[in-house]
Amino acid sequence: MSNRKFYALLLIASLLLVLGIASVATAQEDLSGDLEIFSWWTGGGEAAGLEALIARFNEMYPNVNIINAAVAGGSGVNARAVLTTRMLGGDPPDVFQVHAGEELNAVWVAAGRMQPLNDIYEANGWLEQFPQGLLDLISDDAGNIYSVPVNIHRSNVLWYVPANLEEWGVTVPETWDEFINTTCPTLQAAGVTPISIGENWTQVQLWENIAVATLGVEGYNGLWDGTTSWVSPEVTSTFETLGQVMDCANEDMNSLSWQDASQRVANGEAAFNLMGDWAAGYFLVDLALEPNVGFGWATTPGTAGTFVMLSDTFGLPIGAPNEANARAWLNFVGTAEAQDIFNPLKGSLPANTTASIGDTSLYNAYFQSAYEDWTSNDIVGSLAHGAVSPPAFLNGFASLISAFQTDRDAASAGANAGALALQVGMVSPQ
Amino acid sequence: MTERFSRDRIIGILVLLPSIILVGIFVYGFIVTTIYISMTDSNTVQQLSGTQPNFIGFQNYTTLFTATVDAGRFRTDLVNNVFFTILFIIACLVIGIGLAILLDQKIKGESLFRTIFLFPMALSFVVTGVVWRWLFNPTSGLNALPTAVGLPAFQFDWFISQDQWLKFNWQSLPTIIAIILLGVVIFFALYFWSHKRSQLAAFVTGIAILLLASLALDIPSRFNGLRNPEAKGFNLALLAVVVAAAWQMSGYTMAMYLAGLRGISDDLREAARVDGATEFGVYRYVVFPLLQPITLSAIIILGHISLKIFDLVFVMGGGNNIQIDMPGINMFFTTYRGGQTAIGAAIAVIMLLMVAVVIVPYLWSSLRSEVQH
Repeated sequence: MSNRKFYALLLIASLLLVLGIASVATAQEDLSGDLEIFSWWTGGGEAAGLEALIARFNEMYPNVNIINAAVAGGSGVNARAVLTTRMLGGDPPDVFQVHAGEELNAVWVAAGRMQPLNDIYEANGWLEQFPQGLLDLISDDAGNIYSVPVNIHRSNVLWYVPANLEEWGVTVPETWDEFINTTCPTLQAAGVTPISIGENWTQVQLWENIAVATLGVEGYNGLWDGTTSWVSPEVTSTFETLGQVMDCANEDMNSLSWQDASQRVANGEAAFNLMGDWAAGYFLVDLALEPNVGFGWATTPGTAGTFVMLSDTFGLPIGAPNEANARAWLNFVGTAEAQDIFNPLKGSLPANTTASIGDTSLYNAYFQSAYEDWTSNDIVGSLAHGAVSPPAFLNGFASLISAFQTDRDAASAGANAGALALQVGMVSPQ
Repeated sequence: MTERFSRDRIIGILVLLPSIILVGIFVYGFIVTTIYISMTDSNTVQQLSGTQPNFIGFQNYTTLFTATVDAGRFRTDLVNNVFFTILFIIACLVIGIGLAILLDQKIKGESLFRTIFLFPMALSFVVTGVVWRWLFNPTSGLNALPTAVGLPAFQFDWFISQDQWLKFNWQSLPTIIAIILLGVVIFFALYFWSHKRSQLAAFVTGIAILLLASLALDIPSRFNGLRNPEAKGFNLALLAVVVAAAWQMSGYTMAMYLAGLRGISDDLREAARVDGATEFGVYRYVVFPLLQPITLSAIIILGHISLKIFDLVFVMGGGNNIQIDMPGINMFFTTYRGGQTAIGAAIAVIMLLMVAVVIVPYLWSSLRSEVQH
């Protein structure tokens, strides 16, 4: 009896506490005016996540009028074109979405257009709450931090349907050699596409996974600072492997979106699909499949122990018309509360380590396992998603991969990429 | 003298002034700016940080024609664009004149058919691109059509086909161009000789001999900046784009030809028939020659569309399908995705030159004939 009473009291006490915190939160300085949030989140879970964030922010600051300036299309290419034009024209939004890493550093920070946010980090105690590796990606050499991450995605995940693999008599390949020499012929003999690949950027992502597997973390990171030579035999072999994997793939890759490619696995037409973990949301929500039953996952061959990451962040441009509101937004999106609102909808990991990742009602089985890797694995940035190279390199590299698809010339692909790294100033001449 | 400053004249100039100024700034001023930017090392980061770009002359153009960093994407674009333009114009002209002749037979419901054939032109290229992307989907769409009656599906991959015809090495392009030029020059030489215009003929023959000599000495092959061979060719995937574009624009050529056909008086045809011309002969010797100015106009209009094409290919290929890539798409990506504004500007200037090659002679000749009248 007394036990029950105790719990009741505890419940009431915690309710009061929550209400108290909530009232403190709503009693924050009364902001008003506009807040323009610029992003390329226009559809699906990511748009829903942004909407939910905006709704909660509106509860906290009812007088702030939020303008959701999202630009659709081209996985952010169009949005970045609009953003560049606006920044050049002296009309910056209040906050804008940007990938952590070089997409932020090599353009906006290098041009001196961003405000350091260290005070926000210190006031909220975030320096201890965000992983150091992630902070490094959004800081300059002097230690200024330029954006607030809202999520973490992983791009080295291999998706499959467990029951199908059993039926076709294959297991998840540990290495690309195993995939090419054993898994692929078995599946082809069974009349199944061994791996489904989609349009150009998914092929860049495939290459980056092969590169991490072949070169290792150090070798892969060395590609971006010049310590790994693009003409080394190891790098050439990454392109050779890419060609062999493409030989195992569907021929109509250029006509498939990533969703189309992932769906082939769910439909049983293909055995594997390599995709970032936004595919978990696609399997779970759009295709209504159960984790571990309807769809399974593993790290891509040869990358066990490595987490290839990308992160969406929000930054504050110099000259933001409503800076106080923008700072309130940034103060909000970095909190555990905001990250727990956004990430379950977007289908990504929270970047703030104090978020309720253990809550299985918010984060499903996939994210439980991914979070374990996130906290224990080596972290490298994704090329395909702007973390490790300036945009000019990624743009040229996309053309290289498209040309490689036809000519399959591994040696010249490596040499051209090396020349490209020089041309865009990513590495300095030896 | 009083005529020069008459009231009408001053009012005329005043009325024109605003548009002259606007066109001067927003068209010609920006063309000059673009040309200037293309000779600098301007890029997004530089612009954002407010540093002045450095003048580097024609280096960006050299990069476009010699660099291998993006596997010669720009050179592929040029080859694609030339093949696409030729096929697109031929398809539109042939289909257009075919439909126009059929509609000209004073059939019932002509206006209905005319509307149907013209309708695709009312769509935006984006819509056309989406529709044909679905139709050309290699596993469903048109390819699956024969399965409806139990036949095996078509196997052609359409816009994602990787097949190439007419393969050639980019390095031998100057030689190829010289040979084509030689063919053209010899044709004109023979034409002028047969028409007894010996001065012109001698001149053209001289050029032909020079070209032959340069070919014999292998001079054209020195005009390429590439160290290694680079395979180019006619990508079959372009056929899909040609079909989609021709579907959209051939109705328009039909309308032009139809107007032309209506402008040919029946007296002429009758006169030809009285002289014993067959129906084919009437078209061969009376109708087609009279339609020549229309063909020229159609080529100009279609040509500048196909040289600048962007939206249709962007929608069908997703932007990164090199097989059907075009200079316009490359310019967009280089400028906005890569942030290399100067190189993007260089591509834009080359596109402008390509369009100018088509349009300027036309403007010139029409201007001259206006003056004569």
